[in-house]
Amino acid sequence: MIEFQDITLTVNGSVVSRRVEARQNLVDFLRLEMGLTGSHVGCEQGICGACTVRVNGSVVRGCLMLAVQADGAEVETIEGLADSGAIDDLIAAFVERNALQCGFCTPGFLLTATELLALEQSLSRQQIREELSGNLCRCTGYHAIIDAVEAVSKERNGGSADDDRG
Amino acid sequence: MKPPKFKYLRPETIDDALAVLKQHGNDAYVLAGGQSLMPTLNLRLAEPMVLIDISRLESLRGLKEEGDQIKIGAAVSHAEVAASPLVNKHLPLVTGAMPYVAHRAVRNRGTIGGSLSHADPAAELPACAVAMGATLTLCSASGHRDVPASEFFQGVMSTARQEDELLTHIHFPASAANEVWGFNELSRRHGDFAIVGVAARGLRQNDILSDLRLVVFGCEERPVVSAAAADLAKNREITQDQIKQIAGAVSEEINPMSDLNGTPETKRRQAQALVQRTLSAMMEPSTS
Repeated sequence: MIEFQDITLTVNGSVVSRRVEARQNLVDFLRLEMGLTGSHVGCEQGICGACTVRVNGSVVRGCLMLAVQADGAEVETIEGLADSGAIDDLIAAFVERNALQCGFCTPGFLLTATELLALEQSLSRQQIREELSGNLCRCTGYHAIIDAVEAVSKERNGGSADDDRG
Repeated sequence: MKPPKFKYLRPETIDDALAVLKQHGNDAYVLAGGQSLMPTLNLRLAEPMVLIDISRLESLRGLKEEGDQIKIGAAVSHAEVAASPLVNKHLPLVTGAMPYVAHRAVRNRGTIGGSLSHADPAAELPACAVAMGATLTLCSASGHRDVPASEFFQGVMSTARQEDELLTHIHFPASAANEVWGFNELSRRHGDFAIVGVAARGLRQNDILSDLRLVVFGCEERPVVSAAAADLAKNREITQDQIKQIAGAVSEEINPMSDLNGTPETKRRQAQALVQRTLSAMMEPSTS
């Protein structure tokens, strides 16, 4: 017997009500029910970070949370965050520094970096490297991603983006 | 993969939670943050008939001072613990261990009670709880009992919790004014499970260390306070030579499991290096 639950939540600012299978995880709900395919499904065991979304303002693994657990929550995906304009500088830095190739991991990196940039005043490369180590990228070798986040951190804190790299 | 089919229950009160737990027993798994349980379900390593979601129970939340103890609700997230000034002030070992607990996105959902109940040998919090002498409170429909951390962990993912019991909160003794602590971990990637880790606390007067409770974790079945380290550090002046002696004794005392990360001999040497590093930092001249 398949168990269903009724949930009501906010997704990228819109209130939605759906009947979901109890075992459906949040990222599958967002992709399959809501058509929001910017969040990706990689390892399904919390390692790769490709499914990262925001729930009540904090980043979470979309594969390690059931959709039914998001009942009543505010969920934001990369689509909502990108459309809000809040991370235009971060997206531009990723493009400028070639911090993505295939793009599969990019939404997860952007969401993780957004929380990191909001928490800390000024980030060292070591901090950025450690904080982003929960997201896997198989294309770039990470340096360009760290460059991009570091550049935004400096720009947002009034410094120059180009000094002291390496 | 996707999780197996299960019945999902979200009781409104702790009494309701305990009632359904009693009713379903071993057929039910308790779901809090899900950061250990969800991978287990996705990999189909567990196929419970029922999930009991306790993450919204108000009585399992909160973090407060109670006399010389700090009480932390089982459903408090790692992120809340890491950000708590109360924990930072009174349980510096826990705050120091937090950056090693997975990554931010996992810490935002994962709970202290979940990590302790899951009892993964490579997890940080069970080792901290044992090193600090924490007490865990287990509730069932017929009452509650307090279990010292040293007795709670019984083996790989095996604890003293009975099938009708729920871990509701944990009491940690607040650290003393002359308490020193150390935490170190070896892992393949920052935030991954520990291959070998060390959690330790002790009382320090100048160069004299006493009441050393040092736990090596990650390579053994369960976190245990090192008797050898406690014995060698008993009210003694600790020099670099003594630190080497303690590290050597601990590495011989432990009984590491063999796995993909290495042989027992490799892990003994890794533990020895970590213990030496941890104790050296704890006895650094600048902190006296």
